[in-house]
Amino acid sequence: MPVLELKDVHKSYRSHLSIRKHWVLRGLSLSIEPGEIFGFIGTNGAGKTTTIKLALGLIFPDAGSVTLFGQEGVPAEARRRVGFLPENPYLYDYLTGEEFLDFHARLFGIDAPTRRARVRELLGRVGLANRGDRQLRHYSKGMLQRIGLAQALINDPDLVILDEPMSGLDPIGRREVRDIILELKSRGRTIFFSTHILSDTEMICDRVGLLVRGSLKAVGRIDELVSRDIPYWEVALQGVKNGNLPCGQVVSRRDDRLLVRVESPADMHRILATLNGGGAQLVSVTPGRQSLEDLFIREARASAAVPAESPERHAR
Amino acid sequence: MLARINAIALNTFREAIRHRILYLLLIFAVAMISFAQILSLVTVGSEEKIIKDFGLATIDIFGVLTAVFIGIGLVSREIERRTVYTLLAKPLHRFEFILGKFAGLALTLVVNTSVMTAWFFLVLLLKGMFDANLAAAVLLLYFQFLLITAIAVLFSCLSTPILASVMTLALYVIGHLLWSLDLLAVRLTATWGKAFCRVLYLVLPNLGTFDIKGEVVHGVPIDAARIAWAAAYLVLYGSAILGTACALFERKELQ
Repeated sequence: MPVLELKDVHKSYRSHLSIRKHWVLRGLSLSIEPGEIFGFIGTNGAGKTTTIKLALGLIFPDAGSVTLFGQEGVPAEARRRVGFLPENPYLYDYLTGEEFLDFHARLFGIDAPTRRARVRELLGRVGLANRGDRQLRHYSKGMLQRIGLAQALINDPDLVILDEPMSGLDPIGRREVRDIILELKSRGRTIFFSTHILSDTEMICDRVGLLVRGSLKAVGRIDELVSRDIPYWEVALQGVKNGNLPCGQVVSRRDDRLLVRVESPADMHRILATLNGGGAQLVSVTPGRQSLEDLFIREARASAAVPAESPERHAR
Repeated sequence: MLARINAIALNTFREAIRHRILYLLLIFAVAMISFAQILSLVTVGSEEKIIKDFGLATIDIFGVLTAVFIGIGLVSREIERRTVYTLLAKPLHRFEFILGKFAGLALTLVVNTSVMTAWFFLVLLLKGMFDANLAAAVLLLYFQFLLITAIAVLFSCLSTPILASVMTLALYVIGHLLWSLDLLAVRLTATWGKAFCRVLYLVLPNLGTFDIKGEVVHGVPIDAARIAWAAAYLVLYGSAILGTACALFERKELQ
């Protein structure tokens, strides 16, 4: 059973001065399976944060359903097994790190000795072991992000939802967050996070969902989404005396080393045929791989070319 | 449920106590109560009555100001600062959040009122003017603060702090002038006019219920039934206000 399921969800906003609806999500259907790391990527304003808020019951869909741990409509009890870190969290700046975590732990009904132990453990885990007694108003942005992450893990949740968890962190911090996410997965937890940083997604996600203007354009394993075909090969040659090649595009040239890009296997064979008798040697042949970024940009551009439709025709 | 409400209440109390405006108001209140002594020397009338009147009025005004200025931000500030997202992503019912915020400010007002009252009673004791009925007057003032807090919480759910403060203060003034609606009802001849006045009289908060300053200052004995009625009115009207706030907050979109 999926831990989180959105079925044909539509969500609109209406600005104060206008009666026109602005559709943020149009028929979004998504399901997150237990134990996976799911990366939610998308253009700015695509609706990623809106999706996360719907998943947590902070806002309500115009149409469609949201089911969390099998409970539709996200009642309070369904959130017992969830941890959440919002984007750019503002925290209670008059509280110390320890007081802040203790407060959130109380909301789960955790008893005092367990709370103390868990607060200590989590502060250590996010690298704030010696900063727990300082007020949050004295924390740097990176420290605030870490304490926010600690708060999201205070109840040892089965599902961790993170909205831009790497935001504001230096490379060391990002590596630490990635390690925490992988460690959570190794303990059977499910992680659902939204991000702009595609390299992080490629590194750790099992599945990815690409949201563009409120619609899910692609969802699945990264190797399924981006390796459908090999668009080009890169052939590295050495000892090429003159630069005349029958086909292909020279990507780089240094001394007598040449890197050539060819679009088809036939072109590749033509180049290899010219090597014989020319004194040149083949160094390597590497298939070009489409990256997640290529997919992202392609889908975003395709969507920008199509005018926005009202989803009412598709709803119900 | 109680543990969660308690956690929210204590956190709200902690925020209010660490808020500078609370200390400013307290300092002013203490100063004004002390000032009553000077005022009694330059005004015509019984020194005792002036000090008691002034002292109770000071506690009244500063308690109301505390209830309004902290109350109006209780919900709206959490939404504005987005701290409400991490809270409501927990297994916390929305009504528990509202009740916890209310309880936190109620606790803050206990501390606030106690400090002002302790100073006031000390001044009176030193002058040999203390009267036990004053405690009843302060108790009813505290009931009034609770009702105003409930109203401020309701408006905090509905709108921005500025609008909420204007509306809460307006209701405070109206609440002390409800006797005029009664008079108007008598003067009007049309039945619908009379009925309208009656409805307004019932719906608007009757803050006169909590005002026994005049009686206490003039030594009129206070009936226990009067205090019981004030408590009952607080519970009934306050529950209605808080219930409305909870209902409105239940389906509020937290953008």
